[in-house]
Amino acid sequence: MNWPKWDAEKAIEIINSLKSRPGAALPVLHGLNDYFGYVDTTIIPTIADALNLSRAEIHGVLSFYHDFKITPPTGLVVKLCRAEACQAMGSEDLVAHLAAAHGMVPDQIDHVPGTVAVQSIYCLGNCALGPSALVDGVPVGRLSKSRLDALISHKDQA
Amino acid sequence: MNMRIYIPMDSAALSVGADQIAEAVSREAASANLAIEIVRTGSRGLFYLETLVEIERDGVRHGFGPVTPADVSRLFANGFPGKCHDPLYLGPVEEIDFLKRQTRLTFARCGIIDPLSMDDYEKHGGNIGLRQALKQAPEMVVDAIAQSGLRGRGGAGFPTGVKWRTVLNAIADKKYVVCNADEGDSGTFADRLILEGDPFMLIEGMAIAGIATGARHGVIYIRSEYPHGIKIFSLAVEYARAAGMLGPSIFGSGIPFDIDVCVGAGAYICGEETAMLESIEGKRGVVRAKPPLPALKGLFGKPTAINNVLSLAAVPWIMANGPKAYADFGMGRSRGTKPIQLAGNVKRGGLIEVAFGISLRTIIEDFGGGTFSGRPLRAVQVGGPLGAYFPEHLLDTPMDYEALLAAGGMLGHGGIVVFDDRVDLARQARFALAFCAMESCGKCTPCRIGSTRGVEIMDRVIDARRTGQDSSADLTLIEDLCLVLTDASLCALGGLTPLPVRSAIQHFATDFTRTPALSYAAE
Ligand SMILES: Cc1cc2nc3c(=O)[nH]c(=O)nc-3n(C[C@H](O)[C@H](O)[C@H](O)COP(=O)(O)O)c2cc1C
Ligand code: SF4
Ligand code: FES
Repeated sequence: MNWPKWDAEKAIEIINSLKSRPGAALPVLHGLNDYFGYVDTTIIPTIADALNLSRAEIHGVLSFYHDFKITPPTGLVVKLCRAEACQAMGSEDLVAHLAAAHGMVPDQIDHVPGTVAVQSIYCLGNCALGPSALVDGVPVGRLSKSRLDALISHKDQA
Repeated sequence: MNMRIYIPMDSAALSVGADQIAEAVSREAASANLAIEIVRTGSRGLFYLETLVEIERDGVRHGFGPVTPADVSRLFANGFPGKCHDPLYLGPVEEIDFLKRQTRLTFARCGIIDPLSMDDYEKHGGNIGLRQALKQAPEMVVDAIAQSGLRGRGGAGFPTGVKWRTVLNAIADKKYVVCNADEGDSGTFADRLILEGDPFMLIEGMAIAGIATGARHGVIYIRSEYPHGIKIFSLAVEYARAAGMLGPSIFGSGIPFDIDVCVGAGAYICGEETAMLESIEGKRGVVRAKPPLPALKGLFGKPTAINNVLSLAAVPWIMANGPKAYADFGMGRSRGTKPIQLAGNVKRGGLIEVAFGISLRTIIEDFGGGTFSGRPLRAVQVGGPLGAYFPEHLLDTPMDYEALLAAGGMLGHGGIVVFDDRVDLARQARFALAFCAMESCGKCTPCRIGSTRGVEIMDRVIDARRTGQDSSADLTLIEDLCLVLTDASLCALGGLTPLPVRSAIQHFATDFTRTPALSYAAE
């Protein structure tokens, strides 16, 4: 997926559209994270102002939740389930394969632009068709090494 | 009338190509000049048959599965959607043993109807319970739920009637119903199946909870790992408003109720009810000390009835069929049906709704058909990441709250994860501690820091197996840590992490002294 470049004006627009919801911090951060693939930390003071909260509070929320990323994503995002039911179907073997064959370690924050980002995730509710993943939001079941290799080499079409 | 073809759009089916199948079916039908109508449904929960494609003939649904996109042109060549002789033909779906042996109350419609068609919903018994509740005083609705014996399906098994009565009796200007759709346990997907396959039922259950407790505001907290569930449920809320099922006056009764959809952000602890309230309020998901009970001081400080998806989803059936009919199912103090989720390394995995009391062995062997790999079964984890690992010889334990407790485990959300003989229980114990460290809300020291120490100790234990060192001192440390976690944790994340750790050590002691010969990489 091609993520838009960070754009403060667009970010403010997103913040303004969500700031009046009760408990707005999560919706606002989700809004930014969904749109840009991450939340640029330079926007924290703006969010704090808009929600009438302290910067520390916004920072606290941003850092608490695994979903919110603070570095820009690049290319395809593979969210690989590493919870028990998928472990029982060899998900950790897939992790080892990613490292051995592609030099990819899940949850690396400094991956090379244009490459695939692999994120660990804990259960997608597809536990009887494991190993499971979400590839740019599309659910994939019975994931195998060869399927993973294909996804990585065809990342543009995925 | 056009021939109807039913293809699920549940994310389990999507994960094995349901969308591509739907495309291929319309393409093939168009080129054969067949007038068909594709109805996208939820999932029947028979994951091993996904993608399960169904056709209707003389009022009976016939199934084909597991269909892959590559099978579609052959199916058509073999006569589909008319009389069709194909190896994937399963016969009438209701006759499939896995389904036939179940008692589907909550999941009666799932996979059958179009989840976003109110018309379909009402034709299949929807909204009868809600209309019933609208005619009754709140106390009567609470009484009915209490008499049904319904206990919370989220894990703790707390009587739903008691909780609702507390909220009803609380005096406040505002009250809330919160639906817990955080379903974080590995090996569970029943909540998701409802969100995607029968969302109006959950809306109906929440509205009844509102009538019963006097709450006018509903909030559902759905985990972000369920993007399709969020999408379908949010649409269902819009359609329910348009149909007058939600809004300023439910079906013209003058009683208002509406629902907000809140999306989680990848924190397991936000399934804990007070952490969830914090999260809905826009804060870090830190667990609150109890008291005060959320039923008295919950969301934004107001009385709040928090219930799991399945608890609320059971409510319309109880209101429509009466509490006694529900209580007639089950055993002991576990009344009604329990949606069990069979997952992991199992041949036939999926949703199994049965009366309480069925044994683990029946589920795994009769329903599940053994391991997916065909290798010997070695361990079963019951009740999610905080649940115990059971060895083969304990499989005769019945699935009910009390019996599992007596066997040193817990039922939790009803997830069963099967492992074959390649599992390494020392690594599973390490994972339990690592998961606790990763997901800790940080409030209690043993959970926040002790779990990390536990991971380090387990690393030493795992290492010592290779070098042949004695790790009995380290295993004593683990036991000490488990004691502290059990005693000094505010919530079950820290408090129950010892369950998988200790059960692994107790039942699979050899894995802690010797590196197992097998591994997943071998296949
Ligand atoms: C760490 C932790 C995680 C939990 N996760 C969930 C969950 O994902 N879904 C859920 O319904 N309940 C979960 N619970 C239980 C809730 O705190 C609460 O008991 C439940 O939502 C009440 O609803 P019920 O009475 O209908 O079961 C969790 C509890 C703990 C301690
Ligand atoms: S046990 Fe862990 S997750 Fe639970 S309140 Fe304490 S620190 Fe938070
Ligand atoms: S454990 Fe992987 S999808 Fe549930």
